[in-house]
Amino acid sequence: MAGRRVAIVGAGMTKFVRRALETGPELAWEAASKALESCEMTLDQIDAVVLGSAPDAFDGVHMKVEYLSPGAGAWGKPTIRGFVGGGTGVFAAIQGWYHIASGMFDTVLVVCEEKMSSCHPHPQAAFNYIFDPTTERPLGPNLLWIFALEMNAYMTKYGLTKRDIALVAVKNKRNAAGHPAAQLADPDITVEDVLNSEVLAWPVQRLDVSPTSDGAAAIVMAAEHVARRVTNKPVWVEGVGWSLDTQYWTNRDLSYPTYVEEAARKAYAMAGIREPRKEIHIVEPYDPFDYKELHHLEGLLLADRGKAAELVVLGTANRDGDMPVTPSGGLLGVGNPISAAGLMKVAELFWQLRGEAGSRQVPGQPKRGLAQAWGDLMQVGTVIIVGI
Amino acid sequence: MEPWVYPSIALKQEDFEEGRIRTTRTPLRGEYAWDAGVAVGRFLAELKAGRLVGRRCRVCRRVMVPPRMFCEQCFRPTDTWVLLQDTGTVLTFSVCTVAWDMRRLEVPEVPAVIAIDGASPGMGILHKLGEVGQTNDEILDRVHIGLRVQAVWKPPHQREGAITDILYFRPV
Repeated sequence: MAGRRVAIVGAGMTKFVRRALETGPELAWEAASKALESCEMTLDQIDAVVLGSAPDAFDGVHMKVEYLSPGAGAWGKPTIRGFVGGGTGVFAAIQGWYHIASGMFDTVLVVCEEKMSSCHPHPQAAFNYIFDPTTERPLGPNLLWIFALEMNAYMTKYGLTKRDIALVAVKNKRNAAGHPAAQLADPDITVEDVLNSEVLAWPVQRLDVSPTSDGAAAIVMAAEHVARRVTNKPVWVEGVGWSLDTQYWTNRDLSYPTYVEEAARKAYAMAGIREPRKEIHIVEPYDPFDYKELHHLEGLLLADRGKAAELVVLGTANRDGDMPVTPSGGLLGVGNPISAAGLMKVAELFWQLRGEAGSRQVPGQPKRGLAQAWGDLMQVGTVIIVGI
Repeated sequence: MEPWVYPSIALKQEDFEEGRIRTTRTPLRGEYAWDAGVAVGRFLAELKAGRLVGRRCRVCRRVMVPPRMFCEQCFRPTDTWVLLQDTGTVLTFSVCTVAWDMRRLEVPEVPAVIAIDGASPGMGILHKLGEVGQTNDEILDRVHIGLRVQAVWKPPHQREGAITDILYFRPV
């Protein structure tokens, strides 16, 4: 293991909602203050702050980290912003880890915030600017295109059905029913509901997609000597990895996320994990679309290529299955304030491994979990493995 | 964990209808002039002439499109321009029935990644398919991954050196 041991010692979050009354800095404060309160720490015990937030265009505010900083506890502290698009939430936790592992700081507050609702008439407008201005934008692309193109490539290569994939949305929206912050929990949703929902960009339908959301999440990370004083249940960072594929996305094989595999291999090596399918007890892969959860499970080497759907169909991925996947409810169920959604997944592992997940608790005293996020132009994988 | 979720305030439609929420609206107007650059500049000039071109790296031997003056894998300059065909194979496609702001489209758009003949396998560009039907069902009937397609060009005098000098790709 590289550097000093680092633990997560506290976590907090806001509710995830379609449109919040609070401003971005207010949401950041709500999550940050809850995270500090959860481990009975105060801001003067925090050495540095890591802030994660996705495109400035959502808020319509440039230098967003400075805008958010008062609410994130960054006053008078060394502060850094991490930004790898949708991969930001897990990447921010990785940055928190290396701030401490390096020996530079003993305690770090990691805060991720997104307020997508400010962008009118639809936050998708912000995504129109991810495409190449010369070779792509004149064609009038929108964000759904790239997901639909990727989903079709994945489905077709392995002969998957829409029904197999829709089961992910059903599982996650049902799982979210026990989550006190959830925006789109639905304990009664059926696979027919997903298959009958409006077609947006075939093969993507309305209920295949996570919502746009406002929200924030935060964790407190600490070096070992501090962590042991703060809590008797520290959740240790055992492995991290991240990787970026080429920007020329139309030159890639969209049916497989190579960059997720590269990130996962780095994290497994660091954690000393040789058989991830046996050694990872809970998985929180990034699920902005239902097929993405399956795509990512394969990139994480937790399923053979084209076979992740079987984990869901057979119930292996259920909360009480052999390898629970997204017991939080994920982006599809809890909501998708981009960076905050990724960090919510890390917070879920923290609560699950400490046995504090309430009605969402995975049975059998899980000891190790993996969270993964994904983003930029379908090209970044960020992975963190934590354990007790 | 319930105590650690802040009871944030979700707004409802009625809050706006009944005037309880104060919102400030300002448009952010930005206007940009993006320079095409060295590689794509040539690519666009060739489009105006009715040709598709790629760039070859003699180390990894890839013929790349969109072209670049450097190979991002070998991290060295690319070497030569290569004339490509205006035919190709659909690597993946979608039938999109909404615009970016979620408005419904009357006739669906069919974005596709098309591997261009003459470039290395899997080297695709983003474009649209045309002459494939007016409804989702018609389109899904006619289009499949692996479909062979050819560019439909604007008439020469209407071309302006843009990716839209190709109107769309149609089945061959």
